[in-house]
Formats: sequence, C-alpha cells, structure tokens
Amino acid sequence: MIRRAAFDGALALCTGLVLAFLSLPVLALFTQVPLARVPHLLSEPAVRDALIVTARTTVIANALFLLLGTPAAYLLATKRFPGRAVLITIVELPLVLPPAVAGIALLAAVGRGGLFGDSLANAGIVLPFSQWAVVLAVTFVASPFYIRQGISAFEAVDRGLIDAARTLGASPARTFARVSLPLAAGGLATGWVLAFARGVGEFGATIVFAGNVPGQTQTLTLAIYDQLEASFDVAIALGIMLVALSAGVLLASKLLGARRPAAV
Amino acid sequence: MLAVRATTRLGSFDLDVDLAVAAGECLALAGPSGAGKSTVLRIAAGIVRPDRGRVACGAATWLDTEDGVDVPPDRRGCGYVFQDYALFPHLRAWENVAFGLRGLRRAERHARALALLERFGLSDRADARPATLSGGERQRVAVARALAFEPSVLLLDEPLSALDSRGRARAARELKRTLGAVEVPTLLVTHDFNEAALLGDEVGVIDAGRIVQRGSAEAVAAEPATAFVADFTGAVVLTGTARPGPDRTAVELDGGGMIFSLDAADGPVAATIYPWEVVLEPAAGPHAGSAQNRVVGEVLSATAVGNRVRVTLSAGQPLMAEISTAAAADLDLRGGAPIAASWKAAATRLVSL
Repeated sequence: MIRRAAFDGALALCTGLVLAFLSLPVLALFTQVPLARVPHLLSEPAVRDALIVTARTTVIANALFLLLGTPAAYLLATKRFPGRAVLITIVELPLVLPPAVAGIALLAAVGRGGLFGDSLANAGIVLPFSQWAVVLAVTFVASPFYIRQGISAFEAVDRGLIDAARTLGASPARTFARVSLPLAAGGLATGWVLAFARGVGEFGATIVFAGNVPGQTQTLTLAIYDQLEASFDVAIALGIMLVALSAGVLLASKLLGARRPAAV
Repeated sequence: MLAVRATTRLGSFDLDVDLAVAAGECLALAGPSGAGKSTVLRIAAGIVRPDRGRVACGAATWLDTEDGVDVPPDRRGCGYVFQDYALFPHLRAWENVAFGLRGLRRAERHARALALLERFGLSDRADARPATLSGGERQRVAVARALAFEPSVLLLDEPLSALDSRGRARAARELKRTLGAVEVPTLLVTHDFNEAALLGDEVGVIDAGRIVQRGSAEAVAAEPATAFVADFTGAVVLTGTARPGPDRTAVELDGGGMIFSLDAADGPVAATIYPWEVVLEPAAGPHAGSAQNRVVGEVLSATAVGNRVRVTLSAGQPLMAEISTAAAADLDLRGGAPIAASWKAAATRLVSL
C-alpha cells in the first residue's frame, strides 16, 4: 500500500514539475508589462511593418503548400510505386533539419554562386534577402507538416469508397474532388493549422536565407529578436500577441480534430 | 450478355474463370471466403486487372489483355453493391443514390433519387447520413445507388452478409423481388449456398479460384460434381471404397460400416446424403423402414431449428440428420445415447475421389 502511494506521489510530482516548467515562462510573459499597454506598444511602426511582412509571406507560403502539397500528399497516399518510401522521407527531412541548415541549404541552392543562383540571376531573379526568400524559407520548413498529415489523412479514406465512386462513373479527378478531399478535410485542416503555426514561428531559416531587413524581410519573430536591444517592452508585447495567436491555432486544431466525420 | 474470362494469380492459387450471364439472368457464384468470388466482380468492374483475360458486355469489349484494351471503371457502367455497401459517409442517402446521375440539374437528380428511394421504402430517410441508417436501410440505399444510373450490368458482393439474422430473411425476399425486375445481366457472389439458391437463377460453385459446377440450385444439390460441392450445399459427406455390384454399388465406409448406392462407382468415393433424407430410430429396435442403408452410432448433439431438430451423431464418421419435432419426441436424443440412422440407397450420391 505504501509503495503504491509512493509511486502515485512520484507520478504526480513529475507531472507537476513538467507543467510548471512549461507554463511558468508563458505566464511570466504577461507579468512584464501591463496588458493595457500592449496595444500601444504594438502600434510602433517597426511592429506594423513586421506584421505586414509576416501576413504577406504567410498567405503566399500557405497558398503555395496548400495548392501543391495537397495533390502531392494524395499521390503519395494512394499510389504504390518503387521509391515511394524514399520520396516520403525526402518530404519529412525538413521536419528534423535544424532551421539554420535549411536556410544555408536554400542559399546553396539559389544564392549567389549557388546551384541555380547564377542562372536565376541571369534571368533577373535574385531571391536571397528578398521577401520571396521569406516565403521560400517558410514554405520549406512548414510544408512538410501539412504534407505528412495530408498523406495520413488520404490514406485513412476507405479504398472501397474510391472504388465505389469509380464504378458510379466518377473519373479519377472527380473521385478526388467529391470523395477523397471531403473525407480527408478534417485531417488536412489539422495539418494546415500545424504548418501555419510553424510558418509564423519560423526564425532560423529566414534569418540565414532572407536576412533581417525591417519592412522587407523582418517577420514578427525576427522583430522580437531586434526589439530585445531597442525596447524590451515591445518584444514582450510581440510575445504576448504570438502567444494569443498560437493558443488560438491550437484550439482551432483541437476543434477541427473533434469535428472530423466519423467513419462508417 | 456479360462475359468474363480471366486468369490471375491470387495468393496461393490461380483464379481461372470463364462465365457468361444473359441479360435479365442472375448468376450466383457461391463459395467459401477466399475462393476468389469478389475478385471476379472486381475484374468485371475494372477495379482489378487480371494477368490474362477478356471482359465483354453486349457489343462492348471492356478488357482484352491481348489487344491491350482496358476500359476504366468509370466508363463501364457497372452497378456495384459492395460487401460493406461503401456508402459515402459525408453524403446524405439521396446524394449517395444520385452520385452516379450525371449531366442533370441538381433538382432533377434529387427528384430521381427520391423516386428510387421511395421504391425501396426509404422516402423518409432521404436526408439521413449513412451512419444513422440501419443495416437493412444501408443495404437498400446501396442497391438503389447501383441501379440509379441504369447500369449495363449489376454486380452484388455478399449483399446480405452485413445484416443480422433477423433482418436477413426479409432483405433476401425484397432483394429477390428487386433482382426479378432487373433487365441487365446480374452477377452475385455469396458464401452461403442457400442464399445463392434463393437469389440466383443459376448457381456456380467456386472453389480455390475455379467454378467447379454450374447449374440450377436444385440440379447442383441433387448431383454434386465433387465432394466439395456436396459439402458446400449442406450434404453429409462420408468417405469409403466402392465395390460395383449387379444392381447396386456397395461402399465400405472408412472407420467401419457398409452402405449402398444406385450410382455406379469403383474405388475411393465420397458418399453424400442430405440430412433431411436421414431417418432416425432406436438402435435396439427392429429396422422398421425399407431403407437399405443403416448405421448405428451415438448421439453427439440435438438442436431445434424452427420446427425441425438437427441431430449430429457419430457412427465411425460424423453424420447429421434433420427430423421433425414429432419424430424427435419419440427418441432418446441425449448425448451418448445409442441411435440408428437409415436412408435409401437412391438418396446416396457417389462422387469418385
């Protein structure tokens, strides 16, 4: 009996320590400046610029991986071919890659003297340290979250329903649009929420590949880094805003997960 | 006319079938699970492509592996009722039925789907999603969906097996009526011979990828071509060695005993008898009837099935008899009680092994 109580106590103690460690820094964020001052702090021009850069690059990056990633996830989920496992591993690699390595890899690919950099420069396209570089960095690190989740969402759609749609006269494209896509929508949305959050939080690849130019490539996370020197209070206010956004995204993802249509 | 000829590797054996079904006819392929029944349907529909084969419907060739013809499933127009019905869970019942209706305005698709659902007694369930339908309702929606777009053939995979035993008898009668009105070739597969006998105009017994016998259900049951078919149709199968005689064949049963048959045979045989041909009587009493075959053994079990009693007994080899409740009342059917089973030589079919 005593042993069992000691074990239960140890479990509770570990859980308490973990929760305290994970929640106290976030709570501390809210103790550093009065909440009423946050809107004022966020009206700084530097913050407004970072917000615009983040919004624009996020919209373009998300559109890119939704439009290209959804068909790619469908193909990888439904077709069986040699080398499929290798392709899935390539898609997953950026998930475990340190973001700074992603940034330097992008530079090596399209930077000056890079693999394609000179050909692009000759065509008049210079990507590094432009706003497009932010888009590419965000897409590179965030899209695997969406595609990986998308593959499992499409794999979970009953093969028999696809066969049924085909026998009922639906072409492969119509089957995708009318059956696979709606049934995978819950899983796709969850993946999108994760990828969106990862993209907004992107720091390492962006600073290496796109730099930290205010109004040009400085996103909200890069602005926090900048404001550490300029105004700690503004950095804290930015942190509070991103905590609110992240919490909202997490909540949305939980709600979407709960709403997923039950399998029959 | 639907014609399917196909050879393909299927696990540990080769599927090798060649069948044709005329318009308005229903061929019921019956066989145990894993015999390749569903694969035949999938080949006909174009979901599975066989190693070699030809599928034709009327004048149209759907598949010819030699000529490289392979029409995709969406251009074949097969009404397919899947084993688990495969209803689209995100669509309402009427939307499921209307899925195959193309080139019509939504209002017209809705009207057609509703008309069909009404025919199947489901007009009040048109807006329900599949998850909220009962098993029987799902089955009817699946059949309605397969018929809605006026298919060129109808394929049904175990249409009754997902239903519980109470709903099955009623669903079977309704499906029989529906199939009677279908004017296209119909191919149905089931693991239950009685279901095949009820629903099919003809029955094909399929075993390990081959159709081993085809004919009317009565003919298949009366003259099983192999011991497998006999066993599958519900007959008792006894193995032994046949010795031809002047007017009848004697069979020495493995495990002891001798029975007679009017069928000619020589050497190892399977003797098959239907349980309802077997009469039971006390083992100690005199042999009352005129039946020529009589074996003595002991009762293993007695189970009431409707107004009949199914008695299994051990007489060297296991044997089963189906007798009336009244006849059972006069017998001692406790487990281990001695009992004699008798049946006519004319009711004993012999199949050479």
